[in-house]
Amino acid sequence: MAAVQDGQLNLEVEKDIKTEITNDGSGNINANSSSPGSTSSGGKSKSPAGSGEDQQTLLAVLQFLKRNKLTESVDILRREAGLSADADDSPVSESAGAGSGGVPSVGADGGDANSLLSRVSIATPVAPPATAPPKVVAASGGEDQPDVNVVLSAYSQQGDPVLYPLYYNGLKKFIESVLDCHRAELSQVFYPLFVHMYLELVYNNHENEAKQFFEKFSGDQECYYEEDLRILSSMSKKEHMKGNETMLDFRTSKFVLRISRDSYQVSCLGKPEMSRSLWQLTITYRMLSYQLLKRHLQERQNNQIWNIIQEHLYIDIFDGMPRSKSQIDAMSGSLAGEGKRDANKAKVFYGLLKEPEIEVPLDDEDEEAENEEGKPKKKKPKKDSMGSKSKKQDPNAPQQTRIPLPELKDSDKLDKIMNMKEATKKIRLGPDNLPSICFYSFLNAYQGLTAVDFTDDSSLIAGGFADSTVRVWSVTPKKLRRVKSAADLSNIDKESDDVLERIMDEKTASESKILYGHSGPVYGISFSPDRNYLLSSSEDGTVRLWSLQTFTCLVGYKGHNYPVWDTQFSPYGYYFISGGHDRVARLWATDHYQPLRMFAGHLADITCTLFHPNSNYVATGSADRTIRLWDVLTGNCVRILTGHKGPIHSLAFSPNGKFMASGATDGRVLLWDVGHGLMVGELKGHTDTIYALKFSRDGEILASGSMDNTVKLWDTLKAFDDVELDDFTAATGHIHLPENSQELLLGTYMTKSTPVIHLHFTRRNLLLAAGAYNP
Amino acid sequence: MAEERRPKQCTVVLPTESMKAMAESIGVGQLQEESCAALSEEVSYRIKEIAQDALKFMHHGKRCKLTTSDIDHALKLKNVEPLYGFQSQEFIPFRFASGGGRELHFYEEKEVDLSDIINTPLPRVPLDVSLKAHWLSIEGVQPAIPENPPPAPKEQQKTESTEPLKAVKPGQEEEGSIQKGQGATSAEAKGKKDGLMRMKPRSTHELSVEQQLYYKEITEACVGSCEAKRAEALQSIATDPGLYQMLPRFSTFISEGVRVNVVQNNLALLIYLMRMVKALMDNPTLYLEKYLHELIPAVVTCIVSKQLCLRPDVDNHWALRDFAARLMAQSCKTFSTTTNNIQSRITKTFTKSWLDDKTQWTTRYGCIAGLSELGPDVIKTLILPRLTVEGARIKAVSDGPVVSNIDKIGADHVQSLLLPRPTLTVSQSGIGGSGGSRTASIIKVPSSLTLMSTRPGTPTQLSPPATKYIVMATSSGSSSTQQVLWMASICKISRTLKLSSSAVANSAVDMMKLALMRTATGKGDPELPLLQRISSLELPASEIAAQINA
Repeated sequence: MAAVQDGQLNLEVEKDIKTEITNDGSGNINANSSSPGSTSSGGKSKSPAGSGEDQQTLLAVLQFLKRNKLTESVDILRREAGLSADADDSPVSESAGAGSGGVPSVGADGGDANSLLSRVSIATPVAPPATAPPKVVAASGGEDQPDVNVVLSAYSQQGDPVLYPLYYNGLKKFIESVLDCHRAELSQVFYPLFVHMYLELVYNNHENEAKQFFEKFSGDQECYYEEDLRILSSMSKKEHMKGNETMLDFRTSKFVLRISRDSYQVSCLGKPEMSRSLWQLTITYRMLSYQLLKRHLQERQNNQIWNIIQEHLYIDIFDGMPRSKSQIDAMSGSLAGEGKRDANKAKVFYGLLKEPEIEVPLDDEDEEAENEEGKPKKKKPKKDSMGSKSKKQDPNAPQQTRIPLPELKDSDKLDKIMNMKEATKKIRLGPDNLPSICFYSFLNAYQGLTAVDFTDDSSLIAGGFADSTVRVWSVTPKKLRRVKSAADLSNIDKESDDVLERIMDEKTASESKILYGHSGPVYGISFSPDRNYLLSSSEDGTVRLWSLQTFTCLVGYKGHNYPVWDTQFSPYGYYFISGGHDRVARLWATDHYQPLRMFAGHLADITCTLFHPNSNYVATGSADRTIRLWDVLTGNCVRILTGHKGPIHSLAFSPNGKFMASGATDGRVLLWDVGHGLMVGELKGHTDTIYALKFSRDGEILASGSMDNTVKLWDTLKAFDDVELDDFTAATGHIHLPENSQELLLGTYMTKSTPVIHLHFTRRNLLLAAGAYNP
Repeated sequence: MAEERRPKQCTVVLPTESMKAMAESIGVGQLQEESCAALSEEVSYRIKEIAQDALKFMHHGKRCKLTTSDIDHALKLKNVEPLYGFQSQEFIPFRFASGGGRELHFYEEKEVDLSDIINTPLPRVPLDVSLKAHWLSIEGVQPAIPENPPPAPKEQQKTESTEPLKAVKPGQEEEGSIQKGQGATSAEAKGKKDGLMRMKPRSTHELSVEQQLYYKEITEACVGSCEAKRAEALQSIATDPGLYQMLPRFSTFISEGVRVNVVQNNLALLIYLMRMVKALMDNPTLYLEKYLHELIPAVVTCIVSKQLCLRPDVDNHWALRDFAARLMAQSCKTFSTTTNNIQSRITKTFTKSWLDDKTQWTTRYGCIAGLSELGPDVIKTLILPRLTVEGARIKAVSDGPVVSNIDKIGADHVQSLLLPRPTLTVSQSGIGGSGGSRTASIIKVPSSLTLMSTRPGTPTQLSPPATKYIVMATSSGSSSTQQVLWMASICKISRTLKLSSSAVANSAVDMMKLALMRTATGKGDPELPLLQRISSLELPASEIAAQINA
């Protein structure tokens, strides 16, 4: 509507922009190095564009070009205009199909640029102030924004909200019209655009328009966004946006899209065709792909969309073939799009620590232990092989002292010996040799069982309950005993050999103990590796450390002010991680009452936490549907793994530290290569939330337990074998997932209405499962 | 999709009336309409927000059900005082009231008498949490123990057997299509009659040691001499949920057992085996369809076999035939589908051998027994038309020269089988014959008649006279008299029925006339006027009987 008056004003603006255009026109397209953030001044311009102004714009540009003796550009522009007049799409699409990023594309781009330029130039005078205020505001948070927005909505466009659906529709039509191979990639834009447009409408108090917009387009969104859409739909007023977490997430974080350069170029080629067509918005999509696109967008004066893309989307362009729909679907689904590829570039030392200082004394002690048993010779060879294995320094392992680890005590060494002895009796598992599963049912739990953990040697079980209690059971004949009181202890002969026995109070022996202390449901529970301590995290915002000698609470770690969903001891003890509703994971040491590290970055509750077997990394799963891997040493986030379509409730590392499995409310288990930061497998089969995952001791089998009352066993050797890692996949961050995960399913075991909430492989590879019987 | 979702997501807002009511309850009268609208929108939004937060607590509580405590925790997250007093897990005691155009939900608080509470006996103390371990799987095979669910739910067994290609691993449904290999294995699984294929293709046929022991014990008890043990074993077969894997063994056991024992004429064992079949069919967790090809021949053998026992003249093999016939009918009812056509195939088999003149009386008896169990339609269309022929045949045997004692006994049994049955035949035909315009209540009455005739124990008011007449019939000598008597009994029954439905009686009378005509023509004797009188129903039945006896 404003176009006509603007006609004369274009000149000075054009001058600014022109330099840029020529650069781009002269073949800069392939470089694409500039970041989307470096927008030109024109990028901010906005005006509600009408298609009628095209002609006029063109003329104006032509005049301008002629005046500046830019004959080449004039030609290009003419050509483009002519093409568009012919309305002959085929050459364009052909060249696009050929995938050649060569001459024709350059020409087209040049033309685009020019026409774009003209449009921009026209637009700028009209609405320079409007362009400046970013409507939906980025990171800094919402507080200072309302003013701007009030201003914006006050003067801006009555017609604007009405145009939103048009914009969106235009974009939709355009994307539907592009080649199949690119459609999937470009379609990724829909969801974030939709969300932001909706939020803008809401923010600007266009309640009805927002509602209509939502109704019209929410159905187009991928089904895995349904939950977010539901939250979104409930927000219909500006006031609602304050304090809504989902809202904040959207506003403060950039939605990351990955688009192949190919698609980007196609979009360049597609441009002239687009300009011919009257959908102004079509241009916007190009922006996704890049700089040029950005200009196109400006040309089309789709500032709404442009702004959104600029401020809220991060477009990650990679070289290579466009991804297929299924590939995109595999990776998308998180609250903030996919992880940036850069985010997963950091090196992760996923190898295991060797245990030199254990090894040497271990040999001796092992021998001693064997001598006691009177059969020293049998075990020798095995032990040697083990020793030699761990003496080789794993190139992928972190330095031994990267993280200071607690020194081993004698009892720990004894335990290691036990462990190794047990390990020699371990059953080799495989597809033909499935583990036996022993199921521990919690009876009469009245649905109150919220967390379970086993000790590594499978001698104790702890359960966290909704009634704030923690209960510990002994599953061996050895009963649980308390240490005697201080007064009694003083009477003990400290020199006697069995002093450790004597300090225990026989009168307190029982099969289970109850630990009282929390004031809310206990959501997370974890035994220390030495079985002396137990951690529990609760709705009351604390993590408590309990002694299993005295069965009393030793420390309450306060820091999370909100429910703490999970906590986990390091495999070497001493450290532990906790994460909760406050979206921050904290790393603690048992002897510090304040956290050593705080890992912030998740956009929603941290739902589960796990230490890497080498204790140098920590994995957290979140309700924002991403998994992050954090470096304990630096506190940096070294991996962002996306692909789940629901909050993640379970994580497991393979024993060699190389792979990770994660399970979510969507009922799928995803397998990850930690070193490359890649998704390497998807295991479908469960129908409900997966609360438990565990690799067998040798990593051949993955067990998963779910709310759907089943335990499933998966062949992970095969899953990881099948993975082909070529350079391309490594570079682009996606792979072809095997079509059918059923081949990997080795067994399904139904329980009798007992959800499986914890799994544990004993040292001999017997699988223990636990859950509350729920009649 | 958008349309579906919209009502769920967008538009659900509390009614403004509720806002008004709530405002009033806290002393704010005269709330503006706009304020109400604004409030309700706001409140709805907040409620949704809280519900969404509460869901988190549900998920972390590892539950599928949202509880009041989840809501409380969600409120706490928002720094809102939780709602007190809603601790119940199951039932939230809201009550609804309306009046004056207003609708209210309120929380009923009764005045409580303390002494009542003090005097009520204490409830049982709830049991404490306890831990119990069992084997969910032993080296990949799930043991069939009570702690584990039945290996394959019946539905699944059914889909597996009816649609083998759709028999997928649980959870695979979402995959949509199964690959060929999958389909092949499940088909193969079907071929090998073993459903556990689904779980783990290789170890399907092997039963665990426990299962083998169980199988041995059960089969021994079932065919052993101790009746108490047998009862226990049958009970176990009929109730144990974990027999799925053993089903192929059982069915083979039964079919082989019948094959051997028919040859050896071991009536007792055949009966035991049939009782096993019955127990298997009674087990609600078993779906037998895949084993019918073994079971049905066994059952049919027990119905129609020429000889089932060593002394056919003395032993009561008729009971076995009846019992097996009932089993057959039951399996037809349960398993007959348009694809397997069990019922029609069985019916054909029976009819064919019945129609054959050379068929022995034992087989003849079995065929009729089998057919008559298959329901009113079969009786009407197949048995009824042949009554006369059969009657003639019986007469020929009973009146004619004694060929063999066995034949005589057989004919007697066929006769007695047919005799009580025509009662229902008539009533049934009455229904059918009258063109279906009869009311449902009539249908019920004849069915009770059916019960009466086949199972004397089933109580109906009608049974005593009928039984009486049958007794009379057997006591009297001539077959034609018997038939008349039988007619008389029908008549009696019909008259009793007339109280509720004269229609049945009429049709019965029609039938009777027909039959009497036949008898009359067959005999051409002086009883005709009497019969005519009966047909006109002028005489009470007892009188008729008395006359006939005289």
